[in-house]
Amino acid sequence: MNQPLLTARGLVKRYGRVTAMDGADFELYPGEILAVIGDNGAGKSTLIKALSGAVRPDEGEILLDGKPVSFGSPLEARQAGIETVYQTLALSPALSIADNMFMGRELRRPGIMGKWFGMLDTAAMHDFSRQKLSELGLMTIQNINQPVETLSGGQRQGVAVARAAAFGSRVIILDEPTAALGVKESRRVLDLIQDVRSRGIPIVLISHNMPHVFEIADRIHIHRLGRRLCVINPREHSMSDAVAYMTGASLPAGVAA
Amino acid sequence: MSDTPDPVVPRSGETVASFEHSGRSPLQKLQHFLHQFPTMVPVIVLILSVIAFGLISPNFFSAFNLSLILQQVAVVGTLAAAQSLVILTAGIDLSVGAVMVLISVVMGNLAVNYGVPVPIAIFIGLGCGAATGALNGLLVTRLKLPPFITTLGTWNIFLALNYYLSARETIRSQTLDAEAPLLKFFGTRFEIGGAVLTYGVVLMLVVFAVLYYALYKTAWGRRVYAVGDDPEAAALAGIQTKRVLMSVYVVAGIICGLAAWSSIGRVGSVSPTSFFESNLESITAVVIGGISLFGGRGSILGPLIGALIVGVFNSGLRLAGVDVLWQLFATGWLIILAVAIDQWIRKVSS
Repeated sequence: MNQPLLTARGLVKRYGRVTAMDGADFELYPGEILAVIGDNGAGKSTLIKALSGAVRPDEGEILLDGKPVSFGSPLEARQAGIETVYQTLALSPALSIADNMFMGRELRRPGIMGKWFGMLDTAAMHDFSRQKLSELGLMTIQNINQPVETLSGGQRQGVAVARAAAFGSRVIILDEPTAALGVKESRRVLDLIQDVRSRGIPIVLISHNMPHVFEIADRIHIHRLGRRLCVINPREHSMSDAVAYMTGASLPAGVAA
Repeated sequence: MSDTPDPVVPRSGETVASFEHSGRSPLQKLQHFLHQFPTMVPVIVLILSVIAFGLISPNFFSAFNLSLILQQVAVVGTLAAAQSLVILTAGIDLSVGAVMVLISVVMGNLAVNYGVPVPIAIFIGLGCGAATGALNGLLVTRLKLPPFITTLGTWNIFLALNYYLSARETIRSQTLDAEAPLLKFFGTRFEIGGAVLTYGVVLMLVVFAVLYYALYKTAWGRRVYAVGDDPEAAALAGIQTKRVLMSVYVVAGIICGLAAWSSIGRVGSVSPTSFFESNLESITAVVIGGISLFGGRGSILGPLIGALIVGVFNSGLRLAGVDVLWQLFATGWLIILAVAIDQWIRKVSS
């Protein structure tokens, strides 16, 4: 396999006396879906926060394309091409789909109106949003000016994923994308994730839903007690194996206790 | 939820969903319509009240009376514009009235007692308005104090400064005419076809027009709405929420400064005890105008209409010969009605 796109080595994060990350490693290869699973409190969300810029690790290094990076805020991670879809989605319910797609990076009109009067290029933003949504097969949403709160849970998730896919040039991190959804809507979001992957953008998927993880992940990173326990191939292990590794009931072959 | 197919009876999900859609009662349709166009509530109330008062007293409909209403609401309307910005961020500014009176005293004192050239006095006054907003903004964003408490505190502080700087003395109209006529500029009247307007009315309309542009056509405006709607989501989406909040308070302070200049023209003098209730009147206009106190919802044109509604009620009830106390009574019910309608409309999304 080729070089990993995103690597973390020996990450440590302490909150007072609690050590949330204790020498965690992480590798994401180009074009793959990597699932990150672990029991509650295993430190997987701290790991993800470190990768998405929300938390600065105390020790260890993060490499993007082999070059060390250090993110002071989610904004810096975004500028490096790492987009995160948070469990809360970070959408503004009263604003329109187009407004949400461009929140924080709005397009201004060319020329004097844009430069001196800050006038937004509404038409360009609408076209872009419509194009991105239809690329991902989300054009059941008819009106791009519709407030996000009028959408169903799955459609909202779709808008958040489309936003990440539109701007995330390197990596997309999805935090529990199906946790709040019904069966049918989860299905659509899983299809969407595979669609994004087929465009060549690697995805980090954090999920508690084992069937979903085993269905779409290429590799599964199992986090336990603040560090990576192992990485397994979902085609060589069963779900109950994974749960056993996660909870410490058994150890995968080749891993020392 | 109707999207989730029922495991026992397959495909029932879709029929239920479409049934719900076509089976909306007229009341639900109204709710959805108002959810999409929240400013329609105050617009309808304004139109109905103008018609009703016109039928009760024939004088009401004269161009002169209608323009008089505009003159009466010009100052509070301008303040309501400042208040709207803060309320859109889910805050509230109790200090706007005190800031306005303080700034009018600053402008008047500098121009009359210290001999500062009037344009410079006005400029300094607007700068002080920005500074009061910056103080509120710093307390809210850095010390993370709730806006209600912050501005309750600064309201008292600005009021005390106002009494100190003015020594509780009014600068009389004749003095202003002799030494600083420019301060009374916004009281200047002009006539269009029987309607008598002041430049203060024009100022109010211009302030609302500029805010409309800023809120709907610039990135700043979209961010103001996003921060008011859900600050955590806005921050995760990459908006620097503190900077946006800070800018809102500073702009509100500058608008209060403009309102101060306008108020000198309206009253004709600089009085440290005038406009005592304008804080609450500005909030009243914003609430009746359909801007949600929970932030992020409502049109900036709503408060303009809200201020006009209060003006129309006051004028109409006065012309009908009703005791002044019933104006307060009516305003009170309007506020409660407006908030109740806002709550009802918001239920549409859940």
